[in-house]
Order: sequence, then C-alpha cells, then structure tokens
Amino acid sequence: MSLFDHKVSELHELLHKKEITVTDLVDESYKRIGAVEDQVKAFLTLNEESARQKAKELDAKLGTDESKGLLFGMPIGIKDNIVTKNLRTTCGSKILENFDPIYDATVMNKLHSAETVTIGKLNMDEFAMGSSTENSGFQKTSNPWNLETVPGGSSGGSAASVAAGEVLFSLGSDTGGSIRQPAAFCGVVGLKPTYGRVSRFGLVAFASSLDQIGPITRTVEDNAYLLQAISGLDANDSTSANVEVPNFAEALTGDVKGLRIAVPKEYLGEGVSEETKQSVMNALKVLEGLGATWDEVSLPHSKYGVATYYLLASSEASSNLARFDGVRYGYRSPNAENLVDLYKKTRSEGFGEEVKRRIMLGTFALSSGYYDAYYIKAQQARTLIKKDFEDVFENYDVIIGPTTPTPAFKIGEKIDDPLTMYANDILTIPVNLAGVPGISVPAGFASNGLPLGLQIIGKHFDESTVYRVAHAFEQATDFHKQKPGL
Amino acid sequence: MSRISKEEVKHVAHLARLEFSEQEVEKFAHQLDAIIGFAEQLNELDTDNVKPTSHVLDMKNVLREDKSVKGLPREEVLKNAPDHQDGQVRVPTILE
Repeated sequence: MSLFDHKVSELHELLHKKEITVTDLVDESYKRIGAVEDQVKAFLTLNEESARQKAKELDAKLGTDESKGLLFGMPIGIKDNIVTKNLRTTCGSKILENFDPIYDATVMNKLHSAETVTIGKLNMDEFAMGSSTENSGFQKTSNPWNLETVPGGSSGGSAASVAAGEVLFSLGSDTGGSIRQPAAFCGVVGLKPTYGRVSRFGLVAFASSLDQIGPITRTVEDNAYLLQAISGLDANDSTSANVEVPNFAEALTGDVKGLRIAVPKEYLGEGVSEETKQSVMNALKVLEGLGATWDEVSLPHSKYGVATYYLLASSEASSNLARFDGVRYGYRSPNAENLVDLYKKTRSEGFGEEVKRRIMLGTFALSSGYYDAYYIKAQQARTLIKKDFEDVFENYDVIIGPTTPTPAFKIGEKIDDPLTMYANDILTIPVNLAGVPGISVPAGFASNGLPLGLQIIGKHFDESTVYRVAHAFEQATDFHKQKPGL
Repeated sequence: MSRISKEEVKHVAHLARLEFSEQEVEKFAHQLDAIIGFAEQLNELDTDNVKPTSHVLDMKNVLREDKSVKGLPREEVLKNAPDHQDGQVRVPTILE
C-alpha cells in the first residue's frame, strides 16, 4: 500500500504523531516516479535535490507549531505553465526550453507558505492548447489506466501523475476544460474554480479571460484543502476577485437533502456515448437516494460554445503569445538577418503546429475587416451562454452532466483533425465562458475499463456547494477507490 | 468555395510574425477555412442589442498607489536573454 492511498488529513495525522516523516513522503514520490515514469511520462522536470533538502528542513520542524498546517510536507506536482523560481518552466514549448524563472507565481508563494514540497513540473499541451497532451513539444504522456490512450489535456501530466500515484496531488490550469477533462480521463478529481478565485499571476497566459489555476487530487476533501491554500485576492493580478474565501472543508457534510439539481438536455445529446449517459443517470439516482431532486433543463446556446471559445481563446492567445519574440528570454533563431526576420524565424522554429494554428486563427479574427464579424460576434455569443447559466441558477443549486462525451481516446487517433479534437471539449467550454466553477469526479468505468467523469457546475464563487455535492456523491460510491493496475 | 485564400494566409502570417513553407500555407488555408466555416454557425444567432462580454464578473478597474518601486535586478533579468552585452539585450541591427 502506498502512503498516497491516504488522504491529506490522514497523512497530516501520521506526521503529527511522528509515525512518518516528510522525507518518507518525498521518498514515496520519487520511488513511484522511478518505477512508472518511463511508462507514464508525466514529468518534464524533476526537482529532486531541492525537494529532499526541503524535506529535511521540514522534518526538523515536525512537532512544532510550524508543522500545524494541514498541507505541511505534502508532495505536489506543478503544471509547467506555472512559473517556479529557479526551476525550469517550459510551458511544454521548445520556445521556453531553457527558461529559468526569476520569480514565483502567486500560487507557488502560497504553497511555500503552506510548506508543500514541489516534486517536479508536469507535462502539458504546448501553451495549454490541446485536449490530449500530444501537443507537448517534448513528450507524449500516457493515461495510467491504459498506456495506449491519452491522459487528456492540457493538464495531462498533472492528472496522470496523480492517477499513477507519483504525487499526492497537483496543480493544473483550465481554459476550456483542461483540468476537468484530463481528471475525467484519468479517474481523479479536478476543479476549475470561479474565474477570479485564484490569482493568475505567474501563470503563463493563454486566454486571459478564461484561464484559471485549479487543484487535481484523489479525493474531493483533498481538493477542497488545496483550493483553500491557493485562493484569494492578489494585488499582482487585477482580475483576481475581492471576495471572501469560505472554509471549503465545512461544505463536506455529505448532506444534499433538498438540493435542486438541473440536468441540461444538451449535455446528454448527440455525440455523448451511451455508457457516459448511463453513468450520469446512475449518479442522479445516487444523489436522489440522498434526498436531492433533479429536473431536465435547457442551456440553449450550448451548441455555440465551441465556436465561441475557439474565436475568443485564439484571439487572446495571438495577443498573449506576441511576447515570445526571441529578444528577452526563450529560444532565439540563429538564422536571422534582421529584426523582423528574427521574430519570424524564432516564432516559426520555436512554436509547434497547434500553437501556430491558433495564433493564425486569432490574428485573423482580430484583423481589420473581420473583427466585428468574428471577435465581437463571439463576445456577444458569450453573453448569451453566460445568461443561460444565470437563468438556470435562478431555480437550481447545481448543474450536472458528463465531463466528456466519451472516455479517453487512443494516442494519435484525433491529432490530425483539429475540429474533432475541439469537439471533445464541448461539455466543459461553456463553464469557462460563463466563469462559473466546475468539478469532475470519478463516476464509473466504460466497458473498456477507462474512467468516466461526472461534472458538477455551480454558481459564481459557490465552490462550497459544488464540493458538497461532489463529496456526498464520492462517499456514496467507490469509484474513487479504484486504481490503475500500473 | 474557399473563404481563406493562400494569399490571405500569408498576409495573416506576416501580421502574426510567422512564416510558412508553401506546403504549410496550403495546409493552413484548408484548416483555417474549416475552422472559420465552423465558427460561422454563430451567424445563426440574433445578437442585435446583445452586449459583448469581455469579462465575466462585474469588476472595477484596479489602481495602485503611484509610488516608484525597485525593479528586478539587471543580472537576474538578463539571465534568460539569448544574447546580451554590457547589461543590455542585443538584437540584429535595426537601422542601416
């Protein structure tokens, strides 16, 4: 049995009683990485020397007041688009292959205060653009449940590392489903917080109005603790929200009596596999048994989510990625003769194909003559999608549906067909466009043995209710106890 | 009919400071055309009098006190620069 079969609260107790040390936890992590990483390939950079040093320092504090924090000594993996001081941060891109940040992201500062131990940086689709982690500039990560299949994307490394037992938990980022979709594919718990709940300072920007950092964990309880640690207003991020951070753990009561659930008919429509629909219906039965009620509702503009997302996200990406020009940091082409040539060669040699495709789409959508027809139109569609959610939330506490239309697909299966790949995010994208929180929790297995995810969506800043429902469902089922036979 | 010509791809590539081989231009013309075609389903929506949303929350602009603060140390900032000399980033000649 692995130490990581325990929840954070149990490990905290063991540390407190000095039955284990932080060094034991860090050993557990690197031992498992040594055993499975050549198959899973979740990590881009390991932080072993620093992590072991840190573990020693923390062990010296065991039993003192300084070790009272719940996350004290817990081993964590970090998606490689979150900057970490003096620890290589590549964003999965050749253009940042040797980038060594000189400051920490706000979430890292918060984790340092909580005394977690950073085990390493996790693989991802280049600049978080993708649904399979196949777009990484360095390696393809495998799904621990079946190495022939993708772990999902773009936080594929973050989800796979937790599912494979390499770290206790990890951070990912979610722009159109990049935490929830890989969490569903890998059978773990992944939350995208309300936009503004967590500071984006130090998260390499993809689409600034959608990106949000969030926790990936084994259990809902661990997820709540990790979100607690990274939430809050940040003077360095003008989009972080000045709202109170509640005690999320207080929501984990198991009680959902009288809770009103909305199930959008669009989320159980065409393209969603029978097994996926069945897992959602089973989940609704479980929640009904606990005293909740549910009705079918409509989010009529759902079908426009994917088109809206690709126009807006690509437009913002084309602007954000302009900073990669080979001048101040990152790769620089050795073949340039003048400055414009330097920009063009650096970017063309440094960026991968999917990133270039989105920069092209975004530049097109923002260019003179097309701006109103594409960019403004998409911003208006976003208003309608957001209003769909607001209308439903007038009468319901949460919205429930599948996280993805199908379980994980095979590596290579969709990579040459961008539109089919994009359609994979159809159930997660509207949540980002509306800015509301959403979680994916394990909800069963397809007949091929691959995990299925249940998505629970809440009102703005109501992560507590999302956690309440997710925890009640988790406690009533044992899907989260299953582990890949790796 | 193709919405996006090869010439248009080249023009957008120049704006985006990217360059492509003829083969890539052809491929991007097809793919972008398909994606834009897909995006045009938004034309089905009646958006007269619909306000565009650029930010999902009602937020006020944030200002900080107008006070000078120390910048990052120069050596640190230049640590990641691909080419630098005498404390400055070096680039190819801009003026002839």
